[in-house]
Amino acid sequence: MAHIIIDETRCKSCFICVGTCPKGLIKKSDKVSKLGDNLVEFKDDKNECLGCAMCATRCPDMAITGVYK
Amino acid sequence: MQVFSIPKSMKENAKFTFCPGCDHGIAVRLVAELLDEMDLKEKTILAASIGCSVFLYDFLDIDSIEAPHGRAMAEATGVKRARPDKFVFTYQGDGDFASIGLAESTHAALRAENLTGICINNTTYGMTGGQHGPTTLIGQKTTTSPMGRFRETYGYPIRIAEHIALCEGTAFSARVALDTVPHINQAKKALRKAFQVQLDGLGYGFVEILSTCPTNWKMTPDEAHERVKNEMIPVFPLGIFKDVTDISE
Amino acid sequence: MESYSDKQLIKGNYAIAEAAVKAGCECYFGYPITPQTEIGEYLSQRMYDLKRGYVCAESELAAINMVIGAVSTGAKAMTSSSSCAVALMQEGLSYACADELPVVLVNVMRAGPGLGYIYPAQGDYYQAVYGGGNGDYKITVLAPSTVQECIDLTYRAFYLAQKWRNPTMILADGLLGQMMEPASYGEYPYPEIDNSSWALTGAKNREGRAIYSCARDEDKQNEHIRHLFRKYELIAKEDTDWEEFNTEDADIILIAFGSMTRNIKAAMKVLRAQGLKVGAFRPITLSPFPTNRLNQLADNVDRFITVEMNMGQMVNDVKLAVNGKAEVDLINRPVGQWLSVEEIVEGVKQIISKGVQYASI
Repeated sequence: MAHIIIDETRCKSCFICVGTCPKGLIKKSDKVSKLGDNLVEFKDDKNECLGCAMCATRCPDMAITGVYK
Repeated sequence: MQVFSIPKSMKENAKFTFCPGCDHGIAVRLVAELLDEMDLKEKTILAASIGCSVFLYDFLDIDSIEAPHGRAMAEATGVKRARPDKFVFTYQGDGDFASIGLAESTHAALRAENLTGICINNTTYGMTGGQHGPTTLIGQKTTTSPMGRFRETYGYPIRIAEHIALCEGTAFSARVALDTVPHINQAKKALRKAFQVQLDGLGYGFVEILSTCPTNWKMTPDEAHERVKNEMIPVFPLGIFKDVTDISE
Repeated sequence: MESYSDKQLIKGNYAIAEAAVKAGCECYFGYPITPQTEIGEYLSQRMYDLKRGYVCAESELAAINMVIGAVSTGAKAMTSSSSCAVALMQEGLSYACADELPVVLVNVMRAGPGLGYIYPAQGDYYQAVYGGGNGDYKITVLAPSTVQECIDLTYRAFYLAQKWRNPTMILADGLLGQMMEPASYGEYPYPEIDNSSWALTGAKNREGRAIYSCARDEDKQNEHIRHLFRKYELIAKEDTDWEEFNTEDADIILIAFGSMTRNIKAAMKVLRAQGLKVGAFRPITLSPFPTNRLNQLADNVDRFITVEMNMGQMVNDVKLAVNGKAEVDLINRPVGQWLSVEEIVEGVKQIISKGVQYASI
């Protein structure tokens, strides 16, 4: 099952991934980082993730540490 | 099947110290991916630079020597002449490569040094807080051009990839951007070529990477990528300006 | 019985260049400037023949940094230049000290300040010993006085640079660079130093190595600078070098460095013949300076007179060494024609008879 792994300790809340996912599966989370910024979360209830890795390709901090297809 | 993972050439647990949304992280990752894919890590020596690019030796698990501001290409030349079997590259900002280091960068290309140069062009001096630099666009406001860059006082920005392409010893020169996924894929392709021409002994390989500086541009990362598309690419067109391996012409 | 000397008539600049080759210099990087240009001219052909590295650098800034790049891989490398262009290399020397890199640099001094001119001078004592780069650092400085020493001290410079991982300068002057004398190369007399613990060779079977001076941690930087200065103390202890003549009974000691040493030795003989108890002293390493020895000598000497082709630079290090135990005077000319033996003798007599402390000829 295609999915991604997000390392929250690497995320700097730039939200580039949010606008990148073609299926809109990455959203701002209520959870905040230690700097007080909102983190992001991956929610794929309908198994829509393509494993396209566009999110990981654009993430400047390699916070998306794994993409599985 | 895992289709994306952190490159092995990255140091374990290394985290980028760039500002949120800065494209530097993408560029460094592409370099690390290529070091993995081309099996170069064990023979690589980096001539590091000054500016936001300075901390590369914190991120990449390779041998590196720091260079004073602008002198990375001179040091890279020294490394390569002493050890021609090593893979040697520089990773510099536009101020380092094309302002204070323009002589070193140009002459390394003219000497057809088997080196690879990577220049991050974000139209400003990022590390010092966003001053006017060699690639600042006409009209762009910076802390040292608060009224916007205008010709009478500041002159014009330099088109680095075209300049390097004009040097006879250059084997490959391209300009790429990191604002979209297709552009990132093109950037990796160009970097691979710039690495390969060195390995093949064809001469100087160079890639200019249009990059964002959301902090100093005072923009969100998404706005910054819009600026790359709408303001930078029209002045700094993407493309390959020289490729001696291209026999289609 | 026939015996042949292996001495040849060699020009100082060529002596330095060929000695570098024999010391195992793998790369030379340089930019032309009179009066040292023959070094680069000679090495352009020699290094090509030997399949070693040679680059006509685009500037002295580039040249010193090319040396830094080459030595970072464990190779022996050198650049050469002169006065106003060595000024351009000061940044590189500061980096090389901070990064502990065995850079070898030759300065064949010309006249300054500014462009000055190509006649010889010794105005770069401060530049060499105290440096023009930023931060706390010291390079090792060797000052030859004959063409033979151009060879011997070039060998020594490569050895000391490697031994201490510290930039080492050969401070010659236009007179020495352009002069021909009989000299012999012999063999490079020093052991090779193992640099495998730090040289950049590619991260094979080990972690990546980074050589850099960027110091984000204040405590670490304090420790690093203290480490450098502990090293400088060791260099001073083990490798300070000087020559002295007739110092045992001397009331007056003449002091000079580089090729001026030749004239103070001759002046010493003239003055001795006239009944004055004069000795001569010559630092071979200007940095580290033979401070302790001068201080010892000061216990039994009335007067030190330094003879320099500048407005008085080394004289201040002599004063620091003597520390008030004896008079310290100066005979000097800023640039050009070397002070002759007669002029030095005359200067010494003026100083003695009139009690003046300054005899500018």
